[in-house]
Amino acid sequence: MTTISSFAPKTRRNVELALLLLAVGIVVLAYVDVSLSVSGTFPPDLATHGAGLLAISLAFHLLLRWRAAYADPLLLPIVTLLNGLGLVMIHRLDLAHGRTLAEGLALKQLTWSALAVAIAAAVLFLVRDHRTLRRYTFTAAVVAFLLLVLPLVPGIGRSVYGSRIWIGLGPFTFQPGEVAKIALAVFFAGYLVQTRDALSLAGRKIVGLTLPRARDLGPILVAWVLSLLVLVFETDLGSSLLLFGLFVCMLYVATERISWIAIGLALFSAGAYLAFLVFGHVQARVHLWLDPFAPGQSDQIAKGLMGMAAGGLLGTGLGRGRPDLTYFAESDFIVPSFGEEIGLVGLFALLMLYVLLVERGLRTALGVRDGFGKLLATGLAFSVALQCFVVVGGVTRVIPLTGLTMPFLSYGGSSLLANWSLVAILLRISDQARRPVIDPVQGARSPGEAKTELVSMR
Amino acid sequence: MSELTLTIIRLGLLVLLWVFVFSVVGVLRGDIYGTRVVSRTPRRSTPPKRQPARTAADGGRPGRRQPHSTAPRTLVVTQGPLTGTTLPLREAGTVIGRNPECALVLDDDFASGRHARVFHQDGSWFVEDLGSTNGTFLGQERLTSARPVEAGAALRIGKTVIELRR
Repeated sequence: MTTISSFAPKTRRNVELALLLLAVGIVVLAYVDVSLSVSGTFPPDLATHGAGLLAISLAFHLLLRWRAAYADPLLLPIVTLLNGLGLVMIHRLDLAHGRTLAEGLALKQLTWSALAVAIAAAVLFLVRDHRTLRRYTFTAAVVAFLLLVLPLVPGIGRSVYGSRIWIGLGPFTFQPGEVAKIALAVFFAGYLVQTRDALSLAGRKIVGLTLPRARDLGPILVAWVLSLLVLVFETDLGSSLLLFGLFVCMLYVATERISWIAIGLALFSAGAYLAFLVFGHVQARVHLWLDPFAPGQSDQIAKGLMGMAAGGLLGTGLGRGRPDLTYFAESDFIVPSFGEEIGLVGLFALLMLYVLLVERGLRTALGVRDGFGKLLATGLAFSVALQCFVVVGGVTRVIPLTGLTMPFLSYGGSSLLANWSLVAILLRISDQARRPVIDPVQGARSPGEAKTELVSMR
Repeated sequence: MSELTLTIIRLGLLVLLWVFVFSVVGVLRGDIYGTRVVSRTPRRSTPPKRQPARTAADGGRPGRRQPHSTAPRTLVVTQGPLTGTTLPLREAGTVIGRNPECALVLDDDFASGRHARVFHQDGSWFVEDLGSTNGTFLGQERLTSARPVEAGAALRIGKTVIELRR
């Protein structure tokens, strides 16, 4: 016999408030630390900046109390801490490069953060129920495709350091691939929820693996070709890896069939080997990965590794290392920057924060009751996890270096916008997952008493 | 600024980062939601004959939700595959059947998906048949409408006999 009972979860908004204050406190302490180390004085604008960060995060917290009372209490503090620490590190690199606050990257990043929080708030406010997103399954596919090809359009697309993944609109540049990630997750979730039965049940069993029918292979091949196209025309390894990995993960979660992972890995290996043979920049990346200290190539990885080695276990302390020696220390190489200045102990705390962020996303997927929500939450959480793996693995020489940004930490407006919106969607799904279910038996005590109920459809 | 202060701030930052991580983990531990599925196989865990005696003692505790002290509070399976299992009665109604959504999920081939319901009305407990194939019997009688049940009355569903206890 089994009995099924449901827990009424607490909203835990007060826990969130306490953790949020702690997070802002840590960021302020880090800011003070940088200023004391570099100039020996307290930062003159400490009060305004601290208050600004506090105001932004408290505003979002109040919105959660108002609009998503049961949302996960841990997501917002974690994300606030990561974003704040990223700001401090970018500010610290500004100081090292002799940029003033007005012309530095930190102020731009702060502006982008505020904008990203505003957009996330709008997402949370407009999407009352994540299931409405399912209506836009194929719209999301079209949007994602357009966003992916947008950098190839002449006139708008910009080629920055060999990768054509930027668009420029006047003074602003934007990386549409980051937003495409969310649209793709929505599309995959909506598509797989419809088709997963066909994908998981039909097929023949060969050596313990149930292989799918040939015609069911279509979607995975389309995703593979699309990611290869991104790789070929935009020369962006990271995005193509993220796109394909996301699809294989969601396919596996939807169908519970290991054969999809096997097929995905086989296709990935074939594609990667093909790319290695055909494209010079892929070969360069692989050589850089295998032998970062060899002369005559980029010394970016070598400098990052040296920086992390200089940091050691406890780090040199914020403002006392030389992370500015590495190129892109504030975007692609922000992880070695942190590794140098807060050491292995601090870097692992940061990685733990990412682990907890992803765990909350997957927990939400377990808790939510509809299939679309489950798949969407899994996809979003997995995309963050994969992105962290690709970035951290790249700078620590686990895998070849690819150009992706570390979510929330790295400098970059598009990355911030996309990841804050991603968190807003996760918060919305977790609100649905944790909201107590109204007992259907409660309404009608006996059949005679039961009345027809009008259910309002918002 | 002295070197000592800087070192303290630097290490304090690391400590605070980990304090944050551990407080998040602490919240995680207490943050349980969703549904809990408890499997009970009385034959393996405890001898079935002991079980009713223990549950009778359990039922003797004063409950908050019941209107009368003499009214039954628990539902005990006395015969059938699930002998010995008990379930607190809910005023909102306890549905019995083979459907996993039921409060008491029977492992009985002669029971219907949603077989019967025990519910509370006007200070006493009633049982009604939910249109089952093999019927619900109160004593020797097959139920045709909702009937009040007293504590100690035997309710038969398929091969399972259920009793309401105080």
